[in-house]
Amino acid sequence: MGLEKHWSESVFDLICDHDISLVSFVPDAGLSQLIELCVAHNPIQTVRLTSEQEGISLAMGGWLGGKKSMLLMQSSGVGNCVNMLSMLNTCQVPLPMIVTMRGDWGEFNPWQVPMGQGTESVLKEMGVTTFKAQENNQVEACAEGSIRLAFNTYRPTALLIGQRVLGAKTFGR
Amino acid sequence: MTLLNRREVVACLLSPRDDLLVIAGLGAPAWDITAAGDHALNFPMWGGMGGAITTGLGLALAQPRKRVLVVTGDGELLMGLNSLATVGVSQPKNLAIVVLDNEIYGETGKQKTHTGFGVDLMSIASACGFSNSSIIRSNSELVALKKDLDGSGLIFAQVKVDPQSDELVLPPRDGALLKNRFREALLGDQCHLSN
Repeated sequence: MGLEKHWSESVFDLICDHDISLVSFVPDAGLSQLIELCVAHNPIQTVRLTSEQEGISLAMGGWLGGKKSMLLMQSSGVGNCVNMLSMLNTCQVPLPMIVTMRGDWGEFNPWQVPMGQGTESVLKEMGVTTFKAQENNQVEACAEGSIRLAFNTYRPTALLIGQRVLGAKTFGR
Repeated sequence: MTLLNRREVVACLLSPRDDLLVIAGLGAPAWDITAAGDHALNFPMWGGMGGAITTGLGLALAQPRKRVLVVTGDGELLMGLNSLATVGVSQPKNLAIVVLDNEIYGETGKQKTHTGFGVDLMSIASACGFSNSSIIRSNSELVALKKDLDGSGLIFAQVKVDPQSDELVLPPRDGALLKNRFREALLGDQCHLSN
């Protein structure tokens, strides 16, 4: 019995298996391992964003050019994407997103809670199909389902990875 | 000096266009590229304000052998000003951004934009890492820009244009149609079957 595989490695393997070659991100502590894996892997083009909404239109352009994208962000970034998400639905563009949660479980920072609690409903309001993983061993299956649904049916999807998986930031308290 | 006319600027940049891939920001730039001739390799945006440059970046990264031209307005660009920093970091050699700067929001009642108060987009682009960043006010400068477009290199050009509104020349509105005809023209019929 080996150690349980970290979800970042499972998601990275899925990115490779599904020929996703454009990965954009705004960093989050919970995403750091996945970002490192993507940046180190030459066949994947990584784009560091200043704001998450750039990743939506970047994926639109990538798809016009025949490239499959993924967008990685923290839950607070979902709020920055709202209007831009319109284009994925209107144009029927696939985009799986990985959203690492703040403000949902054991949160220390009260300012993170409103957007964290609103993340899933905001995504749904904008027509994004959502999946949630609350345990490490749920992430791989949810990610695979999310990626397949996005590319098979030409729509945006989001996998929300809860703070129970990531560990809540405690600022040493 | 007489300001350039936006339709004439776009007509100059798009003729001949060879296999140029063209993204237009919402509003007048979308009508401008359509007035120059509706084309399968045009992607005129009807929404997503602030997203034209990053749409162009995604396309440029996906198609590194093709020249990608983003035609947008000052208001649209200002809403996504940070994307100049993102492009500056990526440095795609096949992306050209042309902003038709009339210093107003032409679709909403001609209110002044920030460029009308002196915000200097050319310098911002330059500071973001566009080594070829210029301001275009004359036909001779426009001809030089057209020549740059034919070569490779990351380009930012701020074209000062007359604030007059031109006749509406509307492209199709159906986003799925615009996307599918673009992909089919660029990638071939098989793009609908494999992904």
